[in-house]
Amino acid sequence: MSLLELRDLNKHFGGLHVTNAVNLTLEPGEIHCLIGPNGAGKSTLFRLILGEHHPGSGEIVFAGENITALKSFARIHRGLSVKFQVPGVFKGLSVRQNLEIALQSRHRGAELDAEIDRQLGFLGLEAEQGQTAGNLSHGQKQWLEIGMAISLKPRLLLLDEPTAGMSPEETHMTGEMVQRLNAGGMTVLAIEHDMAFVRQVAQRVTVLHLGQVFAQGSIDEIVADERVAAIYLGQAHA
Amino acid sequence: MTGLFSLFRRLEGPQTVGRGPRFWSLFAFVLAVALAYPLFSDGYTVGNTVYFLVWVFIALSLCVIWGYGGSLSFGQTAFFGIAGYGYGVLTLNFGSGYGFTLLALVIAVAIAALFAVLLGYFMFFGRIAGVFLGIVTLAVTLMLERFMAQTAGPEWHIGTARLNGFNGMSAMPPLTIPWPGEPIVLFADVGLYYFVLGLLVFVYLALRILMNSSFGNVIVAIRENPERAEMLGYDIRRYQLITFVVGAALAGLSGVLYTAWGQYITPSSMGMTAAALPLIWVAVGGRSDLTSTVVGTLVVLAAFQALTIYGSQYALVFMGVLLVLTVLIAPNGLVLGAMNWIGRLAARFTQRAG
Repeated sequence: MSLLELRDLNKHFGGLHVTNAVNLTLEPGEIHCLIGPNGAGKSTLFRLILGEHHPGSGEIVFAGENITALKSFARIHRGLSVKFQVPGVFKGLSVRQNLEIALQSRHRGAELDAEIDRQLGFLGLEAEQGQTAGNLSHGQKQWLEIGMAISLKPRLLLLDEPTAGMSPEETHMTGEMVQRLNAGGMTVLAIEHDMAFVRQVAQRVTVLHLGQVFAQGSIDEIVADERVAAIYLGQAHA
Repeated sequence: MTGLFSLFRRLEGPQTVGRGPRFWSLFAFVLAVALAYPLFSDGYTVGNTVYFLVWVFIALSLCVIWGYGGSLSFGQTAFFGIAGYGYGVLTLNFGSGYGFTLLALVIAVAIAALFAVLLGYFMFFGRIAGVFLGIVTLAVTLMLERFMAQTAGPEWHIGTARLNGFNGMSAMPPLTIPWPGEPIVLFADVGLYYFVLGLLVFVYLALRILMNSSFGNVIVAIRENPERAEMLGYDIRRYQLITFVVGAALAGLSGVLYTAWGQYITPSSMGMTAAALPLIWVAVGGRSDLTSTVVGTLVVLAAFQALTIYGSQYALVFMGVLLVLTVLIAPNGLVLGAMNWIGRLAARFTQRAG
C-alpha cells in the first residue's frame, strides 16, 4: 500500500488554478523531491497535504485513510510532519525549549531530558542549547526546525526548501541528515531548488508546472527531459 | 510523592524569572514582611491595602492571556464585572449564613468562567486573532457597561437584588467564614487582608507551576508561532480557550474580592478606563512574567493612588505617559527589564568571584 496518495486534487485561488488535477503517489520508504519553477504550486500542495488549505475537489489518502477533512493537528497525529519554507522555530525561546515543546507529548521527566540531549547531538546543536532560537544562524534554524519536525517520529516528513540559504557544505550535511532519517525508515517529500541536493538524495522526482504534474522519474530522466529544461527557461508556451 | 516533588520542581523554569535559593529567600522575606505588616499598622490602612492586592488578580489574568498566550484581551473587566455583580446578586438574595458568601465567591467566578467558555469558543474556534481579539473583547465589556448603566429603574432586579444602574449595587454582605460560636466576618480590615494575601500567594505559586508545565510550554509556543505549534500536533484553539478561561476566572476573582471589599459595584468597573488600566499595569511591569506583573501592578497602583490623593487631576494622563515611555524604553516591561539586568549583574559578579 502506498503511504500518501493525492487523487485528482484541485485548488483555486479566485480565478487562479493553483493545483490542477494533481495525482501523486508516495511509496513507503522513498525520498521524493518536488521541483518546479516559482509559482508552480509546490508550497500550496504542501498546505493541502497538511490541511492548512482545503482542496476544492479531490482526495488525500494517508496510509489508507482518507484525511481530506481532518484538521491539521489531527493529520500530525496520524504521522505527518513538516519543516516550513521560512524557518518556523519559536524565536523567543531557547533551543532546548524548542525541542522540549516538540518532544514533550511523547516523553516525560528524565526520559524527556535524555531525548532532548539525543536530538541536540543528532543536530549538532549541543553548544547552542541555551541560546535563544532567534539568535541562531539561518542554517542552524533550519536544522533546529528539522529536529522539531522529526521529534514527532513521523511516517512522512515534508520538507519545504530545507537547504534554502545554506552554504554548499551545509547543504551536503543536510542531505546526509535526510539520508540517515530515511535509512531509519522515514519517508520524505521535499520541495527543493538546489539541484545538488536533489541529486544527492532523491530517489524519484516530480516536476510541477502551472499547478499540474509535468513530469516524473529519476533525477537522470528529469535532467535529460528537454521539456523540463524548457519550462525552467520560461519557454513552455513557446 | 514523586508527583508532588515534580510539581514543586515546576515552581522554577524557563517561563518564570527568579530561581535558586537567592530568589526564594527574597520571596520568603517579602512574604514575612507582608504577614507582619498589619502588626505595624492600623485596621483602616490595612483595609485600604487590600484594595491594591485585589487588583493583582486581574493583572495576573492579563499576564496569562496576553503576556504568556499572546492574545491581547481588552475585556478582562467584563469578567470582573460579571463575577462582581454575580456575587452581589447571590449574597443579596441568599445572605451570608452557613458560609454561603464563600460558595457565592466560587459560583460567581464559575459564572465568569462559563461566560468566557462561550465567548472564547466563538473567538478561538472562529480563528479570531491578533488585534481583532482585542476589539471583540473590548466591545463585549463596553456593551455590558452600557447594559448595566440603563438598569436604574425598579423593574431591573434579580430576586431581591436591585441592579441600580449607575448608582451601583451595594450593601451586599462581606465574605464570611463560618466558625463555631461566631462566624468571622471579613470586613475591609486585617482579616480580609490575610484572606486575600493567602489567595494571592496560592494563585501566584499555582500559576508558576502551570506556566512551567508542559501546558505552559504550549501556551508560549502558540504566542511565538501558532502555525508551528499546530504543526507539532497541538490543537491550539483548545489551548487558547483554556488559557482564556483561566484568565477569566482570575479576573472574576478580582471582581468578587473587589465587591466584597467595598460592598459595592458599579457599571463603570467595566468601562473604558477600567478596561485600559490593567493593560498599563501589566505592560509597565512586564507582561510575560508573573513576578514582574505582581510587582509592577502594586508599584503602579501605589503611585497612581498617591498622585490622585495629592491633588493631581492628571493621574490618568500620567498613566498614559507611563505606558508610552514603557513602549519606547522597555517594551517588555520596566520591572522585567530591571530584574533581568540585576540577574545579569549578579551572574557576572558570581563569575568574577569564581
